Amino acid sequence: MSTAVAQHVDEVKSTPWSGGKSPFDVEYGKMMMWFFLLSDAFTFSTLLISYGALRFSAPTWPSPSLVFQSFPGLIEHGAPLVFVGLMTFILIGSSVTMVLAVEAGHRNSKKEVVTWMLFTILGGLMFLGCQALEWTHLHSEGFWWGHVPTEEVMKEFFKGNVPLSQMTMTSHQFANLFFTITGFHGFHVFSGVVINIVITINVLLGTYAKRGSYLMVEKIGLYWHFVDLVWVFVFTFFYLV
Amino acid sequence: MSAENTVHAHDAGHGEHQGMDKKRIMKVFWILTAITCVEFFIALVVAPRLSPGLHQMVNPAYIILTLFKAYFIVAFFMHLKFEKAGLILAIIVPILFIIGLILVLTNESHYWIDLRKVLM
Repeated sequence: MSTAVAQHVDEVKSTPWSGGKSPFDVEYGKMMMWFFLLSDAFTFSTLLISYGALRFSAPTWPSPSLVFQSFPGLIEHGAPLVFVGLMTFILIGSSVTMVLAVEAGHRNSKKEVVTWMLFTILGGLMFLGCQALEWTHLHSEGFWWGHVPTEEVMKEFFKGNVPLSQMTMTSHQFANLFFTITGFHGFHVFSGVVINIVITINVLLGTYAKRGSYLMVEKIGLYWHFVDLVWVFVFTFFYLV
Repeated sequence: MSAENTVHAHDAGHGEHQGMDKKRIMKVFWILTAITCVEFFIALVVAPRLSPGLHQMVNPAYIILTLFKAYFIVAFFMHLKFEKAGLILAIIVPILFIIGLILVLTNESHYWIDLRKVLM
């Protein structure tokens, strides 16, 4: 009888939430990275949802296929989505090299981790370069925080005949939202590149080889994929919709 | 330092963490690329030829494809699919608040449209 009771108590203690072990089974820092990313997801959501609400309630809006139709330095007109498509592939590609770095870390292969991390950093820098070109191009047309192009230039960005007051109002909204949201995302990419460089230096110094685990690469990997994830949404809501 | 060591040794033990080998990584990459190509195809080829009535179908299509991409990034690249159910729920359930904000602000923007009609 008493043995049966003791067994019963043991059984209860074996479930994940009965104490004695970590129910989430992840290292503390990795769990905190997840919770940070969740909070960052809220920040980006509020930005994108505000954009959606403002655009939905606006009487008209600059057409993405007309605003984003140049490939800076190569094609001035008639190439909608080509440049941003390149940016998207660069970022997805750098996400892939990041998973490959994590995968190499699981095998404790220091050399491969360094190689893939360097490719990831390169991808991040290329993305930032593209964004700088895109911003410069829009700025040269007259868009900036609180600034819109002249009437003749603005006319090119709207389908149909739109009164000047409406063009000015919605171009202002578009410019402020575009630079704020892509700027906030670009700042995340920039931070990611800096942290990637720090982690790569640590890998080269052998910090994680000594530690016996490349978990730090996994943590920065989570952040990097999140930046890619946000771009997927920015891409859809600024360039496609 | 030693804590990380222990966790890693434990992780290596239960097999699920080998979930992403190179083959699966490339598979996810091709899926993401293919979905992006479909989006381009819709934007550049399909959308310009649609009648105005059908044109409203384009945006929901983009959003569904985007959510597919988000699923593949979070589940496989970020490895969430292979984590414990508790962690998955802790990350996914709070996203419901975002859906709440979408519903609230969509409703609000309808009100802004009406307000603008009254004022202008």
